Amino acid sequence: MIFKLSKNINFSSFYKKLNILSVCLIFLSVFIILFKGLNLGVDFKGGTLIEVRTENLKTGIAEIRQSFLKMELGDVTVKKFGKEGDYLVKIEKTNSAEENFIKSINDKLSSDLGTIVNFRRVENVGPKVSGELLKAGLLAISLSLAAMLFYIWIRFEWQFSLGAIVAIVHDVVITLGVFSLLSYEINLSIIAAVLTIVGYSMNDTVVIFDRIRENLKKYSKISISEISNISTNETLSRTLVTSITTLLALFSIFIFGGEILKGFSFAMIIGVIIGTYSSIFVATPILNYTKVNQKTVLKEDIENN
Amino acid sequence: MLYFSKLKIVTIYIIILFLSTFSLSNFIDSKNFTLLSKKVNLGLDLQGGSYLLLEVDSQPVINQKLQTKLISLRKFLKEKKIKYKNLKILNKKINFEIPEVDIKKFNTYFLNKENVINEYYNKYQSYEMKYLVNNNLLSIEYTKFGIIELKSLILQHSLEIVRRRIDEVGTKEPTIIRRGNDRILIELPGLDDPNRIKNLLGKTANLTFRLVSEEEDSFGSEFLFHEDGESKSNVSKRIILSGDNLSNAQPGLNNQTNETIVSFTLDRSGAKKFGRITTENVGRRLAIILDNKIISAPQIREPILGGNGQISGNFTFQSATDLALLLRSGSLPAPLNIVEERTVGPDLGEDSIKAGIISLAIGFLLVILYMFYKYKFLGIIANSALIINLVLLLGILTILEATLTLPGIAGIILTVGMAVDANVLIFERIKEEMRTEKSNIHAFDMGYKRSQTAVLDANITTLISAIILFFLGSGPVKGFAVTLGIGIVTTLFSAYFFARHLSSVYVMKNKDKKVSI
Repeated sequence: MIFKLSKNINFSSFYKKLNILSVCLIFLSVFIILFKGLNLGVDFKGGTLIEVRTENLKTGIAEIRQSFLKMELGDVTVKKFGKEGDYLVKIEKTNSAEENFIKSINDKLSSDLGTIVNFRRVENVGPKVSGELLKAGLLAISLSLAAMLFYIWIRFEWQFSLGAIVAIVHDVVITLGVFSLLSYEINLSIIAAVLTIVGYSMNDTVVIFDRIRENLKKYSKISISEISNISTNETLSRTLVTSITTLLALFSIFIFGGEILKGFSFAMIIGVIIGTYSSIFVATPILNYTKVNQKTVLKEDIENN
Repeated sequence: MLYFSKLKIVTIYIIILFLSTFSLSNFIDSKNFTLLSKKVNLGLDLQGGSYLLLEVDSQPVINQKLQTKLISLRKFLKEKKIKYKNLKILNKKINFEIPEVDIKKFNTYFLNKENVINEYYNKYQSYEMKYLVNNNLLSIEYTKFGIIELKSLILQHSLEIVRRRIDEVGTKEPTIIRRGNDRILIELPGLDDPNRIKNLLGKTANLTFRLVSEEEDSFGSEFLFHEDGESKSNVSKRIILSGDNLSNAQPGLNNQTNETIVSFTLDRSGAKKFGRITTENVGRRLAIILDNKIISAPQIREPILGGNGQISGNFTFQSATDLALLLRSGSLPAPLNIVEERTVGPDLGEDSIKAGIISLAIGFLLVILYMFYKYKFLGIIANSALIINLVLLLGILTILEATLTLPGIAGIILTVGMAVDANVLIFERIKEEMRTEKSNIHAFDMGYKRSQTAVLDANITTLISAIILFFLGSGPVKGFAVTLGIGIVTTLFSAYFFARHLSSVYVMKNKDKKVSI
C-alpha cells in the first residue's frame, strides 16, 4: 500500500538538518527578544494611543512630531497609518489625572497644524490596568499550553505530549521572535493570535499523531521512522489543503481587513506557516527520538480498557 | 455512517431552517416582523462609542468612616464605663490605652454579635473590625471583610450615582456594570466625544453651604480656594446644608442681572434649617462650596424661607446645566478615576465594518474556488457546508444577541478557512479508502468512520483556545473568542450532519460509477 502513494517524500531524511535549523531559530528568537525586547503596545505598557486624521492631507509627519514635542508628554512616537493623512500616535502619558487631557491635545494639535484634526480612535490605559492585562495575557497563554498538554496527555502517550508541546513552544517563540525583530506591536489582539496559533499548531500535530498511532497498531514490523514517514505522507494532502485555505482567509484579512487587523493577521500567517512546518518537522521527529513503538500505543489501549 | 433515518433528515433541515431565519433577521427591517426582532449587536469598535473603566478611590471614605467610628467608640467606652486614654487615629487604626483589667471587659462588649458598634457579618462569619493588644495599648482596625463590605457599599452607591448622571445626559443604551471590588465599567455606544461624560464623572459634586467666618468659631474654620484658583476665604467647618437636602436643581437666568444661574429647591427639613440659619445670620456671607472650592459667597440680605435659592458664579449655560445635573443626581461617595478609556469614532467604525465585510467576502470566495478546484464535486458539497456553516454561525450569534467586534469578524473569516478542514480530513480519508475498497458506499462509510477521531481532536484543541480566550480576554478580543468557538460547533454540525447527508445522497446515486475526488 505504501508504494501506491503518489507522493512519497522521505521526511525523516530531513529531520536532522531541519531540527538544527529549528534549534537555531529558537535560540535566535530568544536572543532577539531578550536583547531587542518586545514592542509592547499601550494595552500592556500603559499610555495613550491616538489615531489621528488630518483634514489637510499635506500635513507632514515632522510637523505632527514637532507639535507633540512642544506638549511635553514624555516619549511620543508618530507613524503613518494606512491612508494619506492618517497617523498613529503613541504617548507615554495617560489622562488619569485630568479629564480634559485628550481635548487639550486635540486643541493644541489643531492650532499648531492649522487644520482640523480628527481623533478617530483613542485608547488610554492606566499603569495598573495595563499590568493586569499583561498578567491576564500571559496567564491565558500558559493556561492554554497547560490545557493542551492535559488534553493530549489524556488522548496519547507522554512521548506524543512532549512532541506536541515542543512544537507549540517552537511556534510561539519564533512568532514572537519575528515580532521582536520587526518591532511590531504586541497588543491584546496579538495575544488572541498567539492562542489561536497554539490551537492551530496543536490541531495540525494531532492529525498526524492520530495517523501515526493508527499505523503503529496496524504494522508491527515497521520502525517508527518509517511509520512517521508513511503517516506524514498519508496526511500531507490534508495538512497542505487546510493550511492553504486558512492562509487564503488570513491573507484576505491582512490585505483588505484594514489597519487594525494587520498585526493580528500577520501574526497568524507566520504562526500557521511555522505551525504547519513544526507538526511535520518538530513534533513528529520527537516520536523517533523517544523511540515510540507498537508497545507504547498498545499499552495505552490496555490501560484504557 | 451513511444511513440517515427520515426523522434525522427532517431534524437536520429544521435546525438549519430555524437558524437561517434568525441570521436572516439581521438583514430585514424588524419593525414589520416582531418575531425577527433579534439582531447581532455591533461592538463599540464597529459602531463607534466609548468604553470607560473607572476605579473608585475608597481610601478617603475609609478614613472618614474611621473618624465616625472614633466618635461612636468614645461614646461606647463612656457608656460601658471603660477608662481610656489617648484615643486617636494613627496609621488607619484607632489607638487608645486602657487599664489591663478592662481588656477582658472590652472584649466581651466588642466581640459580641449584638453589640452596636462592631457589626457581625453572618455571610463572612467575621466582624467588621478587630483589635490588637500591645501591653495596655489597644488598636482597632477594619478586618479584611470589613473593608470588603465597606468598599462594596461605596461601589454600590457610586454605581447608582454614575447611572443617574449618565441617564440624565441621555445617551442611547449605555451599559453600566460593576467590575470586581472597586471598578465600574461603562460602555457608551455612538458617543464619539466622551469629554462631557468624563467631566461629569470626574466630579464628586459634594455641595455644602457654610458661613464665611470673620472670627474663630467653635467648629473651627479653614481657608478654601475660590473657583478662580487664586483668592481664598476663611469658611467655617460647620456644614449648614449639604447637597443631600436638595430636591431639585435647574439652570436658569437671573432676570435682574441677566446672569446664568442654577436655581435649587430644598426638601422640607432642608428648607426649615435653611430658613432658620438665614434668619439668624442676616448680613453675613454664605459660601456655596462644591468639591472644596467656593463657587460663590453671597451676602444673606434677608431670610430665605421658601426653600428656594439660586447659585450664581460665572456660569456659561453649559456649565450651569452640568452643575444642575450633578446636583440633581447627588454626590459620589468617593472620587472616581478613569483607569482605562477606549473611544472609536463612528467613521472609523464604519470603515472597519466595510473592511471586515470585504475581507470576509474575498476570503470566502478564495476558499470556495480552491475547494472546488481541489475536490470537484465533493468540493461543491464542502462549499455548501461552508455556506450553511456561516448561516448557522450568524444565526446562533443572533439568538445569543452576541456582540460582533472587528476581531470577531476576523474570527468568522478564520472559521471559513479552518472550517473546511473537517471536510478535507473526511474527503482525504475517503480517497485513501477508495484505493483499497471496491464499493463506493463502503469507501465513503469507512472514510467518515475512520476520520472521526482526527476531526474531533483537531476541533477540540481549537475550542480549548477559544474557551480560555473567552474567559481571560477583554473587550473586542472576547468577540473573537465567541465567533471562533461557535464557529467550531457549527463546523462540526455542518460537516457531520449536513455534508454527510449530501455525500450519502451523492454516493447512493453513483453507487457503481467511478467517483473522482
